[in-house]
Amino acid sequence: MDGSQTTLERPKQAQPAPHVESPIVIEGLNHWFGEGDAKKQALYDINLTIARGQLVILMGASGSGKTTLLTLIGCLRQVQEGSARLLRNELFEAPESLLVECRRRLGFIFQAHNLHESLTAMQNVRMGLEVHGTDAMRQWKEAAAHLLTLLGLGDRLNYLPGNLSGGQKQRVAIARALVGNPDIIFADEPTAALDKDSGYEVVALLKRLAAARNTTTLMVTHDNRILEMADRIITMEDGRIVKDEV
Amino acid sequence: MTALLSRLFGRLPIGWLQLIHNRARFAAALAGVAFANILIFMQLGFLGGLIESIRLPYAQMNADILIQASDANTLADGSPLPRQRLYQALAVPGVAGATAVYYKRLDWKQPDGTVRNLDVFGIDPSAVAFKSDEINRTRPQLQLLDRAILDRRTRNVPKELFAAIDAGEPYEFEANSLRRLTVIGTFEIGGGFSADGHLIVSDQTFFRIFKDSVPGAPNYIFVTLKPGADRQSVLAALRGALPASDTAVRTIAEAVAKDQAFQTTQKPVGIVFGFGVVIGVLVGIIIVYQVLSTDVADHIREYATFKAIGYNQSFFLGVVFEEALILAIFGFIPGMIAALGIYAAVVNVTGLPVYMPLERPFYVLIGTIFMCTLSGAIATRRLARANPADLF
Repeated sequence: MDGSQTTLERPKQAQPAPHVESPIVIEGLNHWFGEGDAKKQALYDINLTIARGQLVILMGASGSGKTTLLTLIGCLRQVQEGSARLLRNELFEAPESLLVECRRRLGFIFQAHNLHESLTAMQNVRMGLEVHGTDAMRQWKEAAAHLLTLLGLGDRLNYLPGNLSGGQKQRVAIARALVGNPDIIFADEPTAALDKDSGYEVVALLKRLAAARNTTTLMVTHDNRILEMADRIITMEDGRIVKDEV
Repeated sequence: MTALLSRLFGRLPIGWLQLIHNRARFAAALAGVAFANILIFMQLGFLGGLIESIRLPYAQMNADILIQASDANTLADGSPLPRQRLYQALAVPGVAGATAVYYKRLDWKQPDGTVRNLDVFGIDPSAVAFKSDEINRTRPQLQLLDRAILDRRTRNVPKELFAAIDAGEPYEFEANSLRRLTVIGTFEIGGGFSADGHLIVSDQTFFRIFKDSVPGAPNYIFVTLKPGADRQSVLAALRGALPASDTAVRTIAEAVAKDQAFQTTQKPVGIVFGFGVVIGVLVGIIIVYQVLSTDVADHIREYATFKAIGYNQSFFLGVVFEEALILAIFGFIPGMIAALGIYAAVVNVTGLPVYMPLERPFYVLIGTIFMCTLSGAIATRRLARANPADLF
């Protein structure tokens, strides 16, 4: 069964609901790591609403909590306190099955490409589609080839990752993240392993494809040349949002 | 293959692609499974050979019911019976005939000084104790003293010897310091795990070879039933007529079952082969577990990525079991082919009835799949380490 379209909505409280809720709404989010004496707070009272279709960049030194925030909204960690609504699903106290379901509506791009080395570029992209069930798989070859061609890999469709350059691999990873038409893309320093030029090129491609599909993108990066492409830049420090520029 | 598996699973056969990506490891894994399979097949082959070699002499007996001493587990180990039991058996209604058979082990010295062990049956030459036409054709000539019929499947004896006997050229050998025997014909039973072959002589010849055996103390009584007689009621009548203290009355099938059960569970050989099967299974489980758990560990990042994409636990279990199944089937095929070759070699060298019954590959394949699946199940515990939050 394809559960990717299901929405489990919590009853709203008194506050007036917007007509179309933003894809990401965070209120009073706190997060801790460790247990007992070693318990350490990583996030302090985060409030954040991200509008649809924007490219939002999350900045901050390492340990500032931006990756923690990304994994919480990305349904990769359990929300401990506060509220995080992702695509109208409350993640606080959400069961694992809802988290898995939400993840299918997201696209992840990691620092390392994390491609499966035994699968060709096409097959890696296919994995981003297969998770949506057999209906989504009907046109998988066309969809995957189209995306890879858009990303400039039209002549390398059946290459194994071992035979692709770093930039090419990262572009395959982008295709894998985009092929399922995600509502939100989470990217964690997608250019870290790339040289400046191909890093810029990869993000420019990502932005163009995201804009065409009205996809929201939340990206962690240190790369200054990428900052100019952002719609909004959020800076974090010691688990708090300290700057929010549009 | 990939397309076929894609259709079969309704998804990309990740397990298959992972396995063939590292061909050296795949080959090593298949060799490991094949090796475990060969081990299992060999042990089962020997065990089957033992069981079959036990059955063969019984199968030649022209008898419905076998009377042995109550302490007999096999054909070789019982005490002699009082000959009186023969007459008592003949008096039971439904019994068509009964004949006393004597048994001893004989060392047959070869020209090169080595010894073949023969199981010797002493029979009444006027009674049909064995079914074989070859035996019954030659049997009248056993009336003459010191004549014998020899098992031509006796282990490690040149084939030419039997060919010459069958061509009408009697073969003489010294049975022991007392008698020289003349072999006037051959028959076929084949050696087992204790004796190399069989020899049939008349009871009179038997007493001359074995001075300590006497006509009054046969080892078995072969009983045949009248046509239409009810086996169970005759069996019950015989058990009632003969004292259970020294006599056991069994159908041939019961006697075979008792002998096989005794030799496979009470004698070291049988236990060793059963143990060997267990070792083979353990070796297989360990090899497959090693391969699968290394494979899971090697792909933990990819699995974590797939988890982040939204695949759930059942997907990963599917991949590991897919690999287990592929290893089981692809390892089984060379394992079975090699086992068939080794069986043929064992038959050639030992003459033991080591054959591949049709159902054995089926059972071993099922067992191999079970073994690989079990290893896969243990290996999946490592999947828990695939945490997508660690990817950032």
